[in-house]
Amino acid sequence: MANKIFVYIDHFNGQALPASWEAVGVARTLADHFSSVVTAVVLGYEVEGLANLSIEYGADRVLMGDDPELKDYRPEPFAEMVSQLTTEAEILVLPTTSRTRELAGMVAVDLETGMAPDVITFEIDGDAVLATRPIYAGKLLTKVVCREKRPQIITLRTRAFPKPEPDSGRSGEVIRVEVVMGEVVTEVTGYTESEAGVSLADAAIIVSGGRGVSSNPKLTPPDEITDEKEQEMWRAQQGFALVRQLAETLGAAMGASRAAVDAGYIPYPHQVGQTGKVVSPDLYVACGISGAIQHLAGMRTSKVIVAINKDSEAPIFKLARFGVAGDLFDIVPAFTRALKERLGK
Amino acid sequence: MNIVVCVKQTPDTAATVTVEDGIVSWGDSPLVLNPWDEYAVEEALRIREAHSGQVTALSLGPEAAMEALKLALAMGCDQAILINDPGLTDADPLVVSQILAAGINKIGEVDLVLFGRGSVDNDTGITGPQVARRLNWPVLSLVAAITSLDPEGRTIAVERMLDEGRQLVRSPLPAAVSVVKGINEPRYPSFMGIRKASRAEIPVWSTSDVGLDEAPTPAMTWPEVFAPPKVETECEMIEGETSEEVATRLADRLIEEKVI
Ligand SMILES: Cc1cc2nc3c(=O)[nH]c(=O)nc-3n(C[C@H](O)[C@H](O)[C@H](O)COP(=O)(O)OP(=O)(O)OC[C@H]3O[C@@H](n4cnc5c(N)ncnc54)[C@H](O)[C@@H]3O)c2cc1C
Ligand SMILES: Nc1ncnc2c1ncn2[C@@H]1O[C@H](COP(=O)(O)O)[C@@H](O)[C@H]1O
Repeated sequence: MANKIFVYIDHFNGQALPASWEAVGVARTLADHFSSVVTAVVLGYEVEGLANLSIEYGADRVLMGDDPELKDYRPEPFAEMVSQLTTEAEILVLPTTSRTRELAGMVAVDLETGMAPDVITFEIDGDAVLATRPIYAGKLLTKVVCREKRPQIITLRTRAFPKPEPDSGRSGEVIRVEVVMGEVVTEVTGYTESEAGVSLADAAIIVSGGRGVSSNPKLTPPDEITDEKEQEMWRAQQGFALVRQLAETLGAAMGASRAAVDAGYIPYPHQVGQTGKVVSPDLYVACGISGAIQHLAGMRTSKVIVAINKDSEAPIFKLARFGVAGDLFDIVPAFTRALKERLGK
Repeated sequence: MNIVVCVKQTPDTAATVTVEDGIVSWGDSPLVLNPWDEYAVEEALRIREAHSGQVTALSLGPEAAMEALKLALAMGCDQAILINDPGLTDADPLVVSQILAAGINKIGEVDLVLFGRGSVDNDTGITGPQVARRLNWPVLSLVAAITSLDPEGRTIAVERMLDEGRQLVRSPLPAAVSVVKGINEPRYPSFMGIRKASRAEIPVWSTSDVGLDEAPTPAMTWPEVFAPPKVETECEMIEGETSEEVATRLADRLIEEKVI
């Protein structure tokens, strides 16, 4: 397998997602196994920096499509380019992001081949990649394999594979490819800022709040708030302020349960779980979250889970490594103070 | 507007799913309309209410998937079609997308196809984009809002939820759209709707009905389905006289274990 291992570099405005480098690391492992080389595919506008970084992270050559037409990601032209560039590939590795899931699926249609998203581990069987991916929200795992069709396409779950150390001494070749694509009928008319602030998928630490965050009986809303729903929202704001301070102290992203999202305490992009984001941080702190099966589906692969819940029987404790059975309104601020002291902040 | 909404029947998200000898089961937990697809059905109905037209719910699956289609009818879809063929039991996404695209072509003159963001069993989230690719239509996936829809001018504008924020995109019709939670609040089926659905005749199409000579061959196989290894976590409960003491101990344990 000469030139047969390809990796796609996903980025937003020229900023690679960390998961892209994890994908380069996996491509490197595969190329070393098959005595092949890693070819990175970089598409966008003014992406030469990314092409060079791809080499630092482990690519041997980079096919770079650099064109104003590719400034905004749109699935059709990107799929067309990737399909053109990877027809000869044996294996195409991508990170799993909000862009690449569809991109990989569309390339699989173009090249009439198989595609496995959200791969968490794999083994090599002859020249086939036997990939493992979660199904039923992680309640089960399945091995999937594409025996005959090529390329085999896998997208890797974020943080399931280590990010390689960049090496500025590595050398490789950047090849500019001609950008030829059919008429593009869609038009990107703008962007609005992320509601989530920090990307949950990439976060090493996540602090999440649930319904319990709105239920501090010791807090009395100001007299002018008489509506019951508004009182609840006021309580939730006070509670989430404490959770946010803890998150800031830990440099963590903010997550939430669906109950908290549905009640309007915090916007949907923060939701963790089966119908929210699936995350796998090093540390997950659950505050006032009971641990319903649909919530666990989104965070069960976290390395260390800390649960703070006043109900010592809450199911979240079954998954937690450390637990505090207590009132989050006392524990969370005290924990923030203790961390500030210990971490010298 | 002639709208198709692709729906799938799945186990309930609260089900305990187990596997024995490669056979997956979910006990006596009910099968439901894939929760993500409820948002797609709701959006289709809202578009019909705003612009008139008709909504067809389309599903590929076993005979039992009729129940999911009946729910879509009870919510208010005008008609439902099931694609069922013994040759499709090992269908992979590539096959599913080919069959669904053929079904949509057979329905004909479709302006918009809606999908959920993913199915809660397979959770690949690629069926919508793959069907769109086969139809050679633009795909707008992870849509959190349809900001404008002009059936005469044949355009649609949406907000897509990317990891970094919302991307605003305009596209001509016909187009394929996959929707995320938050786009709407799905309605409950009405009593009248349930009655109507229970009496509805749902046509069943085979692969040859949708114009394919035989079931396409899947590219992927699943040699093994298994339960994830049980993680033995013994929860260490942190206790103390005061909150301060508990919090300090917790911080110390996390530092000792090099978690932070
Ligand atoms: C189709 C479907 C999909 C779903 N998808 C998701 C999903 O993606 N994500 C998700 O999270 N849920 C999801 N759910 C909902 C899920 O079933 C639960 O309803 C939800 O996770 C509960 O959220 P919670 O733990 O915040 O609330 P609750 O279950 O109400 O728990 C609140 C907890 O806070 C504790 N508490 C209260 N006050 C305090 C206090 N002062 N100090 C400490 N602890 C306190 C209580 O003891 C309790 O354990 C889904 C459900 C369905 C049907
Ligand atoms: N068998 C099917 N029949 C009809 N629609 C489907 C089927 N499988 C998937 N879909 C649609 O495609 C979406 C994404 O599913 P998936 O790619 O399986 O995660 C679902 O939310 C449905 O809208």
